[in-house]
Amino acid sequence: MNAPQLDALVASAPEGIEFDGLSVAASGEESYTVGIDGGSREVDEAGLREFAEENPWFVSNWYYWTRVVGDANARYDFLRWVEGADGRSVEERYEALSTGTGRTWGQLHVVASLGGDGERRYALRHVDDADASDLETYEDPLAARELVKHDDRGRYRPLSTAPTLPTGWEYPDLDGRDLVRTVDFIYPATVANWHREREGELDVSHFRETAERQSGIYEIVEGLSVEELEAAAEACCVDSQCLRRRMWDEDDETELDVPRGDGEFPCREPCSVFITAARKFVTLGREDTQTYEFELTPTEKEQVEEIVDAVAEGRTDEIREADLNEGANRYRARYLRARRMDEEGLSGTPTYPEDQEL
Amino acid sequence: MQALVIVGHGSHLNPGSSRPTFSHADTIRETGVFDEVREAFWKEEPSFREVLRTLESDEVYVVPLFISEGYFTEQVIPRELRLEGWDVSEWESGDGVSADHATLEASDVEKTVHYCGPAGTHDSMSDVIVRRAESVTGDPEVGDGFGLAVVGHGTERNENSAKAIHYHTERIRESGRFDEAKALFMDEEPEVDDVTEFFSAPDVVVVPLFIADGFHTQEDIPEDMGLTDDYRTGYDVPTEVDGHRIWYSGAVGTESLMADVVLERAAEAGADVGAAIERVRDAETGVAGD
Ligand code: SF4
Repeated sequence: MNAPQLDALVASAPEGIEFDGLSVAASGEESYTVGIDGGSREVDEAGLREFAEENPWFVSNWYYWTRVVGDANARYDFLRWVEGADGRSVEERYEALSTGTGRTWGQLHVVASLGGDGERRYALRHVDDADASDLETYEDPLAARELVKHDDRGRYRPLSTAPTLPTGWEYPDLDGRDLVRTVDFIYPATVANWHREREGELDVSHFRETAERQSGIYEIVEGLSVEELEAAAEACCVDSQCLRRRMWDEDDETELDVPRGDGEFPCREPCSVFITAARKFVTLGREDTQTYEFELTPTEKEQVEEIVDAVAEGRTDEIREADLNEGANRYRARYLRARRMDEEGLSGTPTYPEDQEL
Repeated sequence: MQALVIVGHGSHLNPGSSRPTFSHADTIRETGVFDEVREAFWKEEPSFREVLRTLESDEVYVVPLFISEGYFTEQVIPRELRLEGWDVSEWESGDGVSADHATLEASDVEKTVHYCGPAGTHDSMSDVIVRRAESVTGDPEVGDGFGLAVVGHGTERNENSAKAIHYHTERIRESGRFDEAKALFMDEEPEVDDVTEFFSAPDVVVVPLFIADGFHTQEDIPEDMGLTDDYRTGYDVPTEVDGHRIWYSGAVGTESLMADVVLERAAEAGADVGAAIERVRDAETGVAGD
């Protein structure tokens, strides 16, 4: 606690203060009832100052939240959540803040700690870097936009909440406002939607409603059947692909069976990546199936399945060069191709029958 | 509090497509005239759908970083921002190049949204095209002995896109700054392939009216004009083609003076931008500021 904080408390005392266990109420001309966690005693102004000096954490805590952060909005709520203000007393929090107290937000690791005079400082990095040293340090929230544009393998990330956040960087020292801005550049709108959800005000647009709104080339996504929609959600919206927790369903009445995910922040409507994928899935669904006959050994059939799996899970890079027991190993795939595929396709079976050349 | 939101197309495939939006937003942030400045995209995040809820301001100026009026500015953006009661006639643009601004409420947030016409059709966009010619030639006086070609996509999908190209070309021609000024297109007549046929001036500056550099401006147009056989091997500026020197500038939307057009749009819609327009203009054109 510093002098301006103390003065602010004295100046606010006549209107009364109730905050995180600190209470001050005017009980007459220059006389106050003060207390911590429900206790109370009568003091004059000198006594009020004395009381504040005895409880500096409570005063600086009140000052930080009401004067520095201000206004109970999404930012306020998020910062309170970061230090676990809901379930912990001021003493417990200050204890935790003195060494740093952390939370996970998607793949972000946020640590709150005490700054000067009871204010807070925040550090932000990738969860996998929680214990790393040697990270590239940043100060400007705007830099985060470029920082998270590509994953660690250099690939462009069109979906901000894909679990491919790059590592190796940190914001060691942000104030609350800049922390929330940085988080918002990394995972746009997640704080706002999470806050709405907590307030019971998350406005969910279900798939049918969202599809109906589409125009131009996306109009056709309306044609996705419920089975296809389930498969699409399983393809795009599960934890392994997206860290948002899917809150939308087919419509108000029809829930999808696909797990919603365990993410901290909600997904309130199908995103643009999902809609683009859905458009492709609709066109795929328009084709009729066809019976093909070709020969594979049981192991080859399994190998095809393993390859599909490996691509679907994004595991192809992890398969070791010389691991010939893996169906999706490159040499194995090349061997399968050499043995079973020619210009006609798999086992010499043409994709289209002769009378239906495309 | 007042906020500015610059809305762009963005891309799921090309990370460069959002860069001009970011950089113009940064230029405007630095002027400090808006309490918040935010980018939003059709194909990136924050989406049009969610950007307003990330703002704390209750007055929001939305400027589309698009070249022309049409499908995106008239349908997609207002719909996705949930602008209540939006009707394109509020822009009073019958000619495809005169949209100015309309004030509406968004239905999911308690904010007043001043929805502006696209940056690309604003009068001051003509200055950006000229500025682009200056920067690519390195000559602040460029004009005498020079022709200027303004290049658009040209497509049946959006006839307004051609209108924007013609509009600026006409304005620049009337200014008399260049010996000749011509509107050319990728997919319709007159075609950019034949650029040299349209000019008698020995030097021709070619400025594509596109927001971001991408396949069209970096690959198709240079190859079509014969600057290079293969865009990957690059080309010189200028490149000699059929006895003309072609000064190819790349997408006009990457020109830093674009930030000024965005500010003009917001100011005309009522935003308090102080002296920011002059400051940005002076800084971006290299004139000493105050
Ligand atoms: S629609 Fe699916 S993929 Fe897109 S943000 Fe929501 S949960 Fe993630």
